[in-house]
Amino acid sequence: MSKEQIMERLTEIFRDVFDDENIEISDSTTADDIEAWDSLEHITLISAVEKAFKMRFTMREVSGMKNVGEMAEIILERGK
Amino acid sequence: MLKELEFPFDNDEIMRSKRKLLRILKEREGGIPLRIAVLGGSTTSDIVKVVELFLRDRGIIPTFYESEYAQYQSDALFGNPELDAFKPEIVFIHTTSRNIEELPEINENPESVNSKAERESARFEAIWKALSERYGCIIIQNNFELPSERLMGNREASSGRIDFISRLNAQIYEYARNHKSFYVNDLNYLAARYGLERWHEERHWHLYKYAMSVSAIPDVAHSVASIICSVMGRNKKVLALDLDNTLWGGVIGDDGISGIEIGSETSEGQSFLALQKYIKRMKDLGILLTVCSKNDMENAIEGLNHPDGALKPSDFVCIKANWDEKWRNLEETARELNLLPESIVFVDDNPAEREIVRAQLPEVTVLDFDSPEECLRVLDGCGLFEVTTLSEDDAKRGEMYRANAQREEQSKRFESYDDFLESLEMRAEIGDFEPIHIPRITQLTNKSNQFNVTTKRYTLAEMEEVAASTDYVRLCGRLTDKFGDNGIVSVVIGKRDNAALHLDLWLMSCRVLKRGMEFAMLNTLVAKCRELGIREIFGYYFPTKKNAMVKDLFAEFGFTKTSEDEGNSVWKLNVEAFDPIDTKIQIGE
Repeated sequence: MSKEQIMERLTEIFRDVFDDENIEISDSTTADDIEAWDSLEHITLISAVEKAFKMRFTMREVSGMKNVGEMAEIILERGK
Repeated sequence: MLKELEFPFDNDEIMRSKRKLLRILKEREGGIPLRIAVLGGSTTSDIVKVVELFLRDRGIIPTFYESEYAQYQSDALFGNPELDAFKPEIVFIHTTSRNIEELPEINENPESVNSKAERESARFEAIWKALSERYGCIIIQNNFELPSERLMGNREASSGRIDFISRLNAQIYEYARNHKSFYVNDLNYLAARYGLERWHEERHWHLYKYAMSVSAIPDVAHSVASIICSVMGRNKKVLALDLDNTLWGGVIGDDGISGIEIGSETSEGQSFLALQKYIKRMKDLGILLTVCSKNDMENAIEGLNHPDGALKPSDFVCIKANWDEKWRNLEETARELNLLPESIVFVDDNPAEREIVRAQLPEVTVLDFDSPEECLRVLDGCGLFEVTTLSEDDAKRGEMYRANAQREEQSKRFESYDDFLESLEMRAEIGDFEPIHIPRITQLTNKSNQFNVTTKRYTLAEMEEVAASTDYVRLCGRLTDKFGDNGIVSVVIGKRDNAALHLDLWLMSCRVLKRGMEFAMLNTLVAKCRELGIREIFGYYFPTKKNAMVKDLFAEFGFTKTSEDEGNSVWKLNVEAFDPIDTKIQIGE
């Protein structure tokens, strides 16, 4: 799966989880950019991403991810 | 019901779209408000959110108090101003095996293990007692699920931590059997059904302090919501069943009695038999069975009389076997049983029929399945018939409805309706609430929608309070006739204010409509008011979508309307001027 495809699917997941059809994400998107993205919704988001891409983040990754770009990179790496 | 929340649901889909689902559910109108405190021993926030989805989907609008992280014990034992002000009607204690404070050590001597178990049980008992004393609330308590580790392997079951957990659970069950308003949420079963290995997602514990995998949350939430719906009288009452390829394999009209698959001869027949046996046990719980089948009546009855089947025609309170649209038959069934279509769960193997019913009669719950085994699994897991209390009346319900059908039949043979009523030889017992009847009174109060002027709801604890207080005049009525005992069918509660009585509640079960029971209740109430020196009775009618049938009840009673505001009306009766209304009911003790 290419980075573009990953970003496309991530956008769908973000829109579902935060129930907002207008969300656009980029590599630099962080929790500060999306109002509803708090520590509780982070759990939902991580789980939804794991299910959608059939992969698991390590605990270090869950707490260490800085932005959407890093998330996409991890997914890309796992898919290899 | 929302498709996404119908059992069997997709847990991950619910977790992912819970915001959207909540938004959709919030657009619905009406519902019963309910205050629920969630006292957790681990993180509870998503559990609360998903419980809200399931409750709203079934017509309950919850508000929540959520304890600070893992503060279940101090909140319960010492309360806090916020929780006190919240006045919980239900407290859900979400604890898990991770909250057990003392577990046995290897080679610990048995007495010492015993006293550990006793201390742990006593700790929880103190929590439950404190809560019910302080809030008079309903308590829902998780049992303990099996742990993820087994240090000694199999020996843990007989003399290790698994044994210890089983003992603690036995204590919880003992308490549940001896205390009303205390219900066990069977977390241990849920974990087993989900799969213990997947359930104990260690990452989610270490990262978020969730005591189970985040994906398992909808299972827990659905289970808790099912208990709450049941306690609040939101259970379904009727199972409307298709016949061909639902209760047996094949089509009776084409294949004939010897061609259909039912019984222990073939594997398919066994599967249908297992389903029939399960449904027969549902009947024994008081769930009303009806048939809704496109068939000739003769064939339907022949199929149900198959010698190897478990269900017989007499197990059904109503059999609709004809070629009309099924949703029309379901409407008709609801009318005949004096129930609302929302009480019905429709079971049909044909997806097209299911879709038509969903579209035409959205109040009816429709189950999806693709084999008799799957049908049984869905019936078993759906939570729509969750049993929290089992009264004698429940077990006899089918009998009562069949007696009703006989009465209906008889009424056609009389010259006048009065002659018919006379022939029923009705006797009523009308009196104050007896402690033994309070569960039934509460159950009836919370599920009566149609013949109910205020639709006020009470928890068991609140009802007990009313029963014990001298501020109230209470009546409950039981009606018996020559076809059988209808059980407690009417409840009236009035609050005293010097020489006036304000009616908080006036309701009656629709299975005794048009029998004069409401007048018998009124006559008794007025007589009692005279004894107590009450001179005026005030009645209140608050309209809902379902209670139009009692719009003019107080007018029929001889009350005069004193005010009306947006459909809400207030009525007054002068006690002295009241003449008892004639009924065909003999009043006895």
